[in-house]
Amino acid sequence: MTATLAAQAAYLVAALLFILALAGLSKHESARLGNAFGMLGMGVALVATVVLAVDGDVSTAGLGLMGLAMLTGALIGLRRARGVAMTGMPELIALLHSFVGLAAVLVSWNGFLDVEHDPHGHEAQALDALGTLGIHHAEVFIGVFIGAVTFTGSIVANLKLSARIASRPLMLPGKNALNLGALGLFLALTIWFVITPDLWLLITVTALALALGWHLVASIGGGDMPVVVSMLNSYSGWAAAASGFLLGNDLLIVTGALVGSSGAYLSYIMCRAMNRSFLSVIAGGFGIEAPSGSDADYGEHTEITAESAAELLTAARSVVITPGYGMAVAQAQYPVAELTEKLRAQGVDVRFGIHPVAGRLPGHMNVLLAEAKVPYDIVLEMDEINGDFADTDVVLVIGANDTVNPAGAEDPSSPLAGMPVLTVWEANKVIVFKRSMASGYAGVQNPLFFRENTAMLFGDAKQRVEEIVAAL
Amino acid sequence: MIVGVLREARAGEHRVAATPATVEQIRGLGYEVVVDAGAGAAAGFTDGAYEAAGAAVGEAAAADVVLGVEAPSRAQLDAVRPEATVIALFAPAFDPVMVEELGRRPFTALSMDAVPRISRAQSMDVLSSMANIAGYRAVVEAAHEFGRFFTGQVTAAGKVPPAKVLVAGAGVAGLAAIGTAGSLGAVVRATDPRPEVADQVRSLGGEYLSIESPEVEVSTTGYAKEMGDDYKAREAELYAAQCRDADIVITTALIPGRPAPVLITADMVAAMKPGSVIVDMAAANGGNVVGTVKGEKAVTANGVTILGYTDLAGRLPAQASQLYGTNLVNLLKLMTPGKDGRLVLDWDDPVQRSITVVRAGESAWPPPPVRVSAAPVPAAAAAAPAVESAVRKPVTAGRKFGAVSVAALALFLAAGFAPAALLPHVTVFVLAIVIGYYVIGHVHHALHTPLMSVTNAISGIIVVGSLLQIGQSSTAVTVLSFVAILLASINVFGGFAVTRRMLAMFNRS
Repeated sequence: MTATLAAQAAYLVAALLFILALAGLSKHESARLGNAFGMLGMGVALVATVVLAVDGDVSTAGLGLMGLAMLTGALIGLRRARGVAMTGMPELIALLHSFVGLAAVLVSWNGFLDVEHDPHGHEAQALDALGTLGIHHAEVFIGVFIGAVTFTGSIVANLKLSARIASRPLMLPGKNALNLGALGLFLALTIWFVITPDLWLLITVTALALALGWHLVASIGGGDMPVVVSMLNSYSGWAAAASGFLLGNDLLIVTGALVGSSGAYLSYIMCRAMNRSFLSVIAGGFGIEAPSGSDADYGEHTEITAESAAELLTAARSVVITPGYGMAVAQAQYPVAELTEKLRAQGVDVRFGIHPVAGRLPGHMNVLLAEAKVPYDIVLEMDEINGDFADTDVVLVIGANDTVNPAGAEDPSSPLAGMPVLTVWEANKVIVFKRSMASGYAGVQNPLFFRENTAMLFGDAKQRVEEIVAAL
Repeated sequence: MIVGVLREARAGEHRVAATPATVEQIRGLGYEVVVDAGAGAAAGFTDGAYEAAGAAVGEAAAADVVLGVEAPSRAQLDAVRPEATVIALFAPAFDPVMVEELGRRPFTALSMDAVPRISRAQSMDVLSSMANIAGYRAVVEAAHEFGRFFTGQVTAAGKVPPAKVLVAGAGVAGLAAIGTAGSLGAVVRATDPRPEVADQVRSLGGEYLSIESPEVEVSTTGYAKEMGDDYKAREAELYAAQCRDADIVITTALIPGRPAPVLITADMVAAMKPGSVIVDMAAANGGNVVGTVKGEKAVTANGVTILGYTDLAGRLPAQASQLYGTNLVNLLKLMTPGKDGRLVLDWDDPVQRSITVVRAGESAWPPPPVRVSAAPVPAAAAAAPAVESAVRKPVTAGRKFGAVSVAALALFLAAGFAPAALLPHVTVFVLAIVIGYYVIGHVHHALHTPLMSVTNAISGIIVVGSLLQIGQSSTAVTVLSFVAILLASINVFGGFAVTRRMLAMFNRS
């Protein structure tokens, strides 16, 4: 068994272990085992590759650099992983996407320096003999493009999510034309580069892709971030797959395709949950629609105090809590968990209803609640809980707005029309935690707040929940 | 300004227009409060309690804003100053004599029972808050007269069947009665000409009995209207059948501005079981039941008790005073925009316009009609096209097959003409996408964030590419590879570690 063959075999094993890792996430019980499979797969792949590199006469200095780079990366990665707050997960994930994107760009640039830049080197000669030199050109070019778009896109997403730049969408005139123009230019440049693989073309496409990635994400607003993050997840996968094609490495191709389709599937779920087409999110035109009927008389809202809310909760038999991004912002998940624990101790049936796009990341609310030690078997999905609201005594809406807007189900003229929402208003009593009467991300007023069975509890969600806990 | 709280003039009226709790709220709006001596005594609020809440005991009728529950007596009205405002339940729609009487006086009179039924004014809707209490009390009165349990029990001393309660009219009072009777354990049925209340009845645990008729209406005013003959005939059939079966009948049917409709005839009462109880909540307006004596308890020859009490809400004086007082506070909030203790009557506000009976000595009754928001605004027509576009046409199986066939052909051609060296990789790529799609489709929704971080980690596999490039040729390549390995390693280690940390948090209860 030669080193090359052994490496191929190891890659096959690693690819299967990665599939097992993703399959393990289908259930909470098997998720940890799945993660372990993923680590094992990665270990197998790394060992095989290092052996292959040693076998391929890597210089001692190269080996040293390799170890140094991996060690440094591992230390940084582990530190970030340990220190990150669960509310900061969206930023971290966006940042990690950008690393994959940048690594893909670098791998492709290396491919260029190895082959195209050195047309008389032995690698270029070998490819030429096989007749696949043209394909290599295209692969380099495509790899750089996807990687660079992922890189800047993820950087912008990271900055928006960590609130270091404003999350409102950037509105350049003719932005769709800009995006399409950039794509067209990329196609033209690809053909040019396949014919004459010049350095300046590669530099141009790198700059073009960096600009496109930046613009693509900058023009999408904060509320669409779950879609953006999963979309970038998908891109990072395709970037890895492109590198796999470039290097002729099946493990990279398989992994890239797995990650790419995973991100695409998540984006699809998120878009369906907002009743929007993927293209309309990417084009980012949602916030512009004039919300119709905003001048309608919604009537007056009723306010409630934390003490009365506590009384209502004590008297209730079943309570459903529907959190939104506002809960994460206010860091209210810990008091909410404490409230849950107290109510459950009093025999109240407490459950959580999570809308698919709640938060800034798919599944974000679940992670936050898990961090605060809310048992996962009482945290239910929208479709699981929607039938039960009619039998619910009290619903607590904490930091959610558009995802509980009855207009989505009832008002066909609303911009939210057709968006599946949590039907909280069917419950006996709804208590909405909110900082003010301002409208949600979609800029649509929420008729829920003016319903007879709705009471508003204004103020910082964390503080209010703590007051309720104290009053119990 | 000074707000005065009257001691109710009529002997049987136990309610009071402000409680110590609402006095504090009124003072919070910048007013001073004066309470008649003994004003709250019948509702259980002592003068001391009012004083503790910051009110003075004195002559309330001389204040700038005079609050009462029922219309004040003539003597009290005489004591009101000309520029003052009197707020009470004047019932201007039913009492033209009172409207005329008020018109002869120089002050401003506002009637709380004329608050329009718009959502904005709900917090001042006295009729609803009193009806809620009355509905509760009607059940309690019935239970008092009824010689049995409401709830069904199986005891060592034998089996007790649950009481059957029929509630006619599912307005606020009816719904309150349904809820109360239901929580006492009775089997509750309810009727109402408005089909849209069926869900409300069910939400309180009652069974909605519908009257099948083409005339069933969706109310545009929020109140029931008088029905035609065909409907009445069917309704009578239903009531006749239900009365034979029911132990308790509570009627709440009122039509604004008209005498209450007769729902239960003498024959139906005669058909009821001895010991049954009827509470006629419409007794004040003529009654829904033949044989009701206004304000009294009557027992028929066959032993059916008919309660015609008109003061059901007043029989819970502390509760009724608290809710009425809060309604008044909400009105004062609306009329004190500056929160500075100065009452301002805004003539352009439909709520304030509707309740004004007399403004500074000029009769303002009746007010222009207010369109109420109980019915959906008919703006839906304009939005119809949006609905159509929102509903996507389902794709037929044939179309799907066609599309897949075309895609398959395109893939065949693309793969067939691709360079041979590329084909094995494309095969792997396509199959991996399909596997990915099915595997990810099964991922639990709650684990989407760990999914993303684990995919982050495994996409760090791109490190493999750089590992093979480092140290092989030029310095530039080595530098770039070094950076790539560093970044990818952050992903690999960071991604797996954070996934591990997250998954460790998910715990079962």
